[in-house]
Amino acid sequence: MAKMKYREALRAALQEEMERDERVFVVGEGIGERGGSYKVTEGLLAQFGSSRVIDTPLSEAGFVGLGVGAAIAGQRPVVEMLFIDFLMLAMDQVVNQAAKYRFMSGGEGRVPLVIRTQGGAGNSLAGQHSQSLEALFYHVPGLKVVMPSTPHDAKGLLKAAIRDDDPVIFIEHKLLYMTDGEVADEPFVIPLGQAEIKRPGSDVTLVTWSHMVLKCLQAAEQLATEGISTEVIDLRTLVPMDVDTVLDSVRRTGHLVIAQEAVKRGGVGSDVAAMVAERAFESLRAPIVRVAGMNTVIPFNLALEKAMVPQVADIVAGVRSALGRSAEVTGVTVS
Amino acid sequence: MSEIGPELLQHMYESAATIRRFEQRAIEQYRIGNIRGYLHPYLGQEAIAVGSIAALEDDDYIVSTHRGHGHAIAKGHDPRQMMAELFGRETGYCHGRGGSMHVASRSVRNLGANGVVAGGLGIATGAALAIKQRGGSELVVAFCSDGSSANGMWHESLNLAAIWDLPVIFVLENNQYAVSTPIRDSARVEHLSSRAAGYGMPGLTVDGNDAAIVYGAMQEPIRRARAGEGPSLVECMTYRHGGHHVNDPGLYLPADELARWKARDPLIVLRDRLTRAGVDESAIAVIDARVEQLLEEAVEFATASPEPSVEELLAEVTAG
Repeated sequence: MAKMKYREALRAALQEEMERDERVFVVGEGIGERGGSYKVTEGLLAQFGSSRVIDTPLSEAGFVGLGVGAAIAGQRPVVEMLFIDFLMLAMDQVVNQAAKYRFMSGGEGRVPLVIRTQGGAGNSLAGQHSQSLEALFYHVPGLKVVMPSTPHDAKGLLKAAIRDDDPVIFIEHKLLYMTDGEVADEPFVIPLGQAEIKRPGSDVTLVTWSHMVLKCLQAAEQLATEGISTEVIDLRTLVPMDVDTVLDSVRRTGHLVIAQEAVKRGGVGSDVAAMVAERAFESLRAPIVRVAGMNTVIPFNLALEKAMVPQVADIVAGVRSALGRSAEVTGVTVS
Repeated sequence: MSEIGPELLQHMYESAATIRRFEQRAIEQYRIGNIRGYLHPYLGQEAIAVGSIAALEDDDYIVSTHRGHGHAIAKGHDPRQMMAELFGRETGYCHGRGGSMHVASRSVRNLGANGVVAGGLGIATGAALAIKQRGGSELVVAFCSDGSSANGMWHESLNLAAIWDLPVIFVLENNQYAVSTPIRDSARVEHLSSRAAGYGMPGLTVDGNDAAIVYGAMQEPIRRARAGEGPSLVECMTYRHGGHHVNDPGLYLPADELARWKARDPLIVLRDRLTRAGVDESAIAVIDARVEQLLEEAVEFATASPEPSVEELLAEVTAG
């Protein structure tokens, strides 16, 4: 095992896949000489040359569409979209083109495209550079959605995404790039659609993904001092979702809390809650609790931004509330 | 212009006649309820698909539009499977999942029609990039329209194709109406091809109702694309013989304007060329009869084909 930063793990995945398969190439804004805004693609231009590490003009719809076409024509493009907020400029290409092509061609056409992008709040980047928009893509049949929380998962899941024959929206979090973690030395791939229990527990199931996993683990640590045993499940991929791991956990704990950074309304967490209510209602000993971002625009001011996005204390409060240990519920938990 | 002999003219005529009869039979089948949804006839524009695709090699790609039946037939799609797709049957090119606006087939390198105007242009530049990365000699023809030229995707795609010297030819079918909006209300330039200069690529405007002229106009763009010199924009002037789709009577098309263009019907123009090339009426009649028979078979095939099964509806999408 080697200690590696999240961004280095992503780079290693790209590098290994580009070495393994000459159809794999990366394309995006400032990803060549500059190495990308978060330095994920640093060094790739020197190793693979400008036909496989392609800097684009600021034409988001144009180069996402180009990725769709190259994928249909047999290449395996990895498109880097600097911010998930900017992916909104290319929604026709993602939703109407990439997601539909396999189905509408009767299964003959495939779109082995990965769109790597990043979202999330935490750097005072305000409303157009901080959103958690995974629910938009989660909603659209034909797309896979991956949101890794650790360097190990980032590497293994990116490799799986590149090898997948369907379009994958691979969403990183801007606060994760500089985080460290152990990454296996030997080559590995993490199949899409497998959640991971990041911390086992017996009193309550806490389902989460992406950067919120780190906060949930801190919350679980804190709750342990109060004698509450929290099982933290990292979904890792939202589509396909490993619902069985969630259901199995809820059947053991009888309590479910879902923590997401995205706004509460219409979020993936709501869908997780619905699926558990439909399929494991008899196991629930208390109402499901969703801890989520407020239904508002992400503010610039740091204090406001922190208030808008769930913090460790909010998750702790949510778990206590689910267990009936405290009537104290923060504004973030109920909205 | 490269030499266009009687053989090529006959080929183009047969292709155009097949498109014409396909559309007429499809409209007839639509009227009696065998085809549902949207259907955008290519009537009046046949010369563009026929002339441009006749200039290609079989392994070249095309990207089509919502008005795409003509491109598909000219590229070699079987009218039987095409008609079956319009009927929504299992035997159609997309097993009834796509319909009129989404016909595609790897076998003839048609990367697909598209329900979104300008939506397929990225697929065209992407396929062209794939060719370039693989060091191939194929090219991509991206059919687009006067309507698409007002869309941002058109701009982005032409620019990307130009800066990377991609082997793609943008064949702009200027039928002068975006649904009902005349081109004079959506562009300030006389020729949309003049915009090519803004991207640093050659652009030309030609008579899109004469397949031979379209064929000739493709020669230099094809040479450029294969030589790695980059994209071109070929604007073909034409006119729809009816409304935007089968249920649009097209009342906004001025009668005299429509009559003028119908007098220059692409099939009339091709017939004139055949006659001048010494092909006699009986040879043309043989082609017409063959086309008639093929379309009769297409309608019969579609009518007799099974519906897709609901049980298989979830295939080809990610579950979970």
